[in-house]
Amino acid sequence: MKAPLKWLKDYVDIDVSPKELSDAMTLSGSKVEGIEVQGEDISKVVVGKIISIEKHPDADKLQVTKVDIGSEVIQVVTGAQNIKLDDYIPVALVGATLPGDKKISKGKLRGVESNGMMCSIEELDLSKEDYPDAPEDGIYILEPGTELGKDIKEVMGINETTIDFEITSNRPDCLSIIGLAREAAVTLKKEFKKPQVKVLEQGDEAKNYVSVEIKDADLCPRYAARVVKDVKIGPSPKWMKERLRAAGVRPINNIVDITNYVMLEYGQPMHAFDLKDVQGNKIIVRRALEGETLKTLDDQDRNLDSSMLVIADENRAIAVAGVMGGANSEISGDAKAVIFESANFNGTSVRLTAKKLGLRTEASGRFEKGLDVENVVPALERAVQLVEELGAGTVCKGIVDCYAKKQEQVTISLRPDKINTFLGTDISKKEMVDILKALEFEVDENTDIVKVPSFRSDVEAEADLAEEIVRFYGYNNIEATLLSGKAATLGKKTYKQSIEDLIKDTMVSCGLYEAFTYSFTSPKDFDKLNLPQDSNLRNAVVISNPLGEDYSIMRTTTIADMLKVISTNYNRRIDEARLFEMSFVYLPESLPIKELPKEKPILTLGMYGKTDFYELKGNVEELLSRLGIKEYEFVPVKDNPSFHPGRTASLIIKGEYAGIIGEVHPAVSEKFECPERTYLGMIEVESLVKNSSMESQYNPLPKFPAVSRDIAMLVKDEIMVKQIEDIIKQRAGKILEDIKLFDVYKGKQVPEGMKSVAYSITFRASDRTLTDEEVGKAMTKILDGLKNNIEAQLRE
Amino acid sequence: MKEQLNNIRVQAENELSAAETIQDMENIRVKFLGKKGELTSVLRGMGALSAEERPIIGQIANEVREALENKIEELKKKLQDKERDIKLAQEVIDVTIPGKRKGLGKKHPLTIVMDEIKEVFIGMGYEIAEGPEVEKDYYNFEALNIPKNHPARDVQDTFYINENILLRTQTSSVQIRVMENKKPPIKVICPGRVYRSDAVDATHSPVFHQVEGLVVDKGVTMGDLIGTLKIFAKSLFGEKTDIRLRPHHFPFTEPSAEVDVSCWTCGGKGCRVCKNEGWIEILGAGMVHPKVLEICGIDSEVYSGFAFGLGAERTAMGRFNIDDMRLLYENDIRFLKQF
Repeated sequence: MKAPLKWLKDYVDIDVSPKELSDAMTLSGSKVEGIEVQGEDISKVVVGKIISIEKHPDADKLQVTKVDIGSEVIQVVTGAQNIKLDDYIPVALVGATLPGDKKISKGKLRGVESNGMMCSIEELDLSKEDYPDAPEDGIYILEPGTELGKDIKEVMGINETTIDFEITSNRPDCLSIIGLAREAAVTLKKEFKKPQVKVLEQGDEAKNYVSVEIKDADLCPRYAARVVKDVKIGPSPKWMKERLRAAGVRPINNIVDITNYVMLEYGQPMHAFDLKDVQGNKIIVRRALEGETLKTLDDQDRNLDSSMLVIADENRAIAVAGVMGGANSEISGDAKAVIFESANFNGTSVRLTAKKLGLRTEASGRFEKGLDVENVVPALERAVQLVEELGAGTVCKGIVDCYAKKQEQVTISLRPDKINTFLGTDISKKEMVDILKALEFEVDENTDIVKVPSFRSDVEAEADLAEEIVRFYGYNNIEATLLSGKAATLGKKTYKQSIEDLIKDTMVSCGLYEAFTYSFTSPKDFDKLNLPQDSNLRNAVVISNPLGEDYSIMRTTTIADMLKVISTNYNRRIDEARLFEMSFVYLPESLPIKELPKEKPILTLGMYGKTDFYELKGNVEELLSRLGIKEYEFVPVKDNPSFHPGRTASLIIKGEYAGIIGEVHPAVSEKFECPERTYLGMIEVESLVKNSSMESQYNPLPKFPAVSRDIAMLVKDEIMVKQIEDIIKQRAGKILEDIKLFDVYKGKQVPEGMKSVAYSITFRASDRTLTDEEVGKAMTKILDGLKNNIEAQLRE
Repeated sequence: MKEQLNNIRVQAENELSAAETIQDMENIRVKFLGKKGELTSVLRGMGALSAEERPIIGQIANEVREALENKIEELKKKLQDKERDIKLAQEVIDVTIPGKRKGLGKKHPLTIVMDEIKEVFIGMGYEIAEGPEVEKDYYNFEALNIPKNHPARDVQDTFYINENILLRTQTSSVQIRVMENKKPPIKVICPGRVYRSDAVDATHSPVFHQVEGLVVDKGVTMGDLIGTLKIFAKSLFGEKTDIRLRPHHFPFTEPSAEVDVSCWTCGGKGCRVCKNEGWIEILGAGMVHPKVLEICGIDSEVYSGFAFGLGAERTAMGRFNIDDMRLLYENDIRFLKQF
């Protein structure tokens, strides 16, 4: 809401600077977005009168003029063609500043001295819309007889200071000069000068010209109309145009300007109909008929339906209630009599209608917040008073006021102690009452009953009163305290939360960087991931109003997003990256969804560059170790369509699936524009949490020495080392302490189709030194087992 | 013989003082004290001495031996030190060559900020609450005193799944879930991901993060809210940080406030970061609306509470001087390495 300072001053004495006012208003709840000082960058531009014009001796297109600026006569050379002798014009003197950082200095134009510049509208940064009398091209000509030498800003009304307030949705009353003036008065502890409006009503009875009927009172609690005869359509006076412009509204003509002026001043949108276009002299407020259409003032044909409220005459709709008037009853230059409408419409209805029509207007934006029913008549009175003041017509007697259901006044008990307890303050009852009264609440000091003014529909209960009081007491005057002891609670993370944090910490210590990606994605990702059409992962939660297809479903897998991150880095020529993300996948129970989907946390790992499958796996193993998870295995996965069939494993913890790691299928890498060797892991966080064990128990340090034996064997290529290890573990007996794989070799000296595998096996007993014989026995059993089960050939 | 012994001593001592290496010294030791050494051979000739002379010469011989042995020991130490010094001098390495590193990763700036916030509030006795991102309209709006067709719904452009299910627009939804399930005293913060249908640009993202706080108990005051936020601001932005509350409107708190912190760059004098305001808005807060308490079955005559919420992106961007929100979701490794 843009409030010209002068306008505010009509209703409250403001004796502080605009900046001080802004700061104070911001801290009492009317946040100031900005202060605009019109003409800030214009200086030393004054009114001048052209007293002679001569041709420039050396230039056809230039003229040499003498300009009287009151105190002296100056010579100005100009290229303008529209000026003539005795014209009053704005002239920028030597040393003047103009918008766009322009400075006027003494100069010569083709050898002739020029001590100033005549100004066009554009040079003053004004628009032709605001000054329709300005010439298409050339100098702006002022009214003859304007005081010479006077500052142009004053003459043209470009010296207004306007404060732009951000008004919260609960305060439609502050979308008005009156409302803001009231707030300013309480903020500055000044008197709020309520508007005094008196209408002469020199015409005959208004009801001779119009009647009003409300058919749908649920959507229109009140409709009031006034009739103005002998209308003289013309421009509004300068002061009104200036205020409208400063508030961001374009002046049109006196009648339309009055409706806008009152809307800004009172916060009550108004409309004016040309009486001759209201057929049957009857205004009917009703729901639109199915299929009814109306051309609105913006020349658009609107299709209406029965959820929308219209203003109609006997035969047709003439306005969409609270949104926009119809072209069929528009005030034209030849209007002789007009009907002023001031009404209250249901906010929700107006909002939905505006939304359906795609037509949000200044009026609808106000109505939808819920306006004051009691403001309808005062605003109407102000409008017709302005008609009389401007001499725009003769106001007829009486208001045609249809007020179906009177609004009940809200009352609240004021309990000063309770409010002080709630706020943590020690505000006296008197101070509370003073603030409330200044805000036009009625307070009965015997019963402590507070009557809420009709324009404050946001105030419903005690907490609202508390806010009103503390806004002006000062939020920042409340003493900061700490919660009292009763609320003492133990602050901690849950076990799950600690494990999740530990997972992140471990990933970081493994050298991975954390990524954050969006949770919605494109259904096209499923194809890029090679997923079959019947894949469960394709059953995703769909957003009904997405930002676009790329963001249209909630992801069921995180790997597509990790691949996109890798692709971003790879395509920026970054030669390696190691990343992880902790995020959710969203798995619907059924589609279309009725219940909330399961949100399953996933740890995603992604790597490329100087790395391989075993580094990825190593990271996962470090994590499992950190979480105290011992019972796990990695099982080859050959049939995941997104992964390399020979370089992928699932992680199985205690017999249950807990994730997948592997090299990305080259076809998938290619589609995501990732390097050919890209490694991904997706680990189920819930499984990690469930199987983690943070309990540590001390085991006595060994007292007896260990014995180590190294063995190397040749096995068939397809034998996995896990098979070898299982045999060793199974055969070695209790004295086995550890087995370590230290070499896997293929190539020279190893026959085709075979590989050499070497282990170091450690034995130890906790109660004695092992004898060679014991160890020898165990080794024999191991070797026999390897020979018999996997045809291992011992290498010497 | 006595003279012979003294000569040996003098000669040995002379030679020792000329020795430069342990090997030199060892040669000298063998020459004089070894099995075939000069002193040994002198001693061997002692049998020819008279019984009176023998103890006297014996004593002298022992003295000479002892003296030489001590001398050798002393010299040995000296030469060992010298040799070690030479060895050390040869072992000089270039200590400016980079060390061998395993390479640590880093947490995302949003995690860093949210972790810090969590730590501050855990220290003040808060628990961490969680709630779903795909949420019911009821928890995101209705129970927060934002009924259907409330204008506030327009402000938060919402992604809908269907009429009753949406992507939560605020972590305030978790407040309701906590109050439904827990009796006061309640002290929780809820960090989490939220969604609004804003097109992506330098200051907007359709996915972002908030941290919500909620306290409900008997006798909780607005002064407590201010005190809590002061501690929080100081913990996060430094001891000198001050806060300022401006009245505002949220449907689920009353009174409501927007909260500014004094600019972390200029301390409040006004600079580019705070757009010369001296203050930077970081959170919204207020006393829990009695209607919201009642909706959750908490008697608002007995209990009161406060709530606050802040955006993690804005906080992280302010803290780390990040000028474009898109960087947070692009995950360029060169960006991620900076935190």
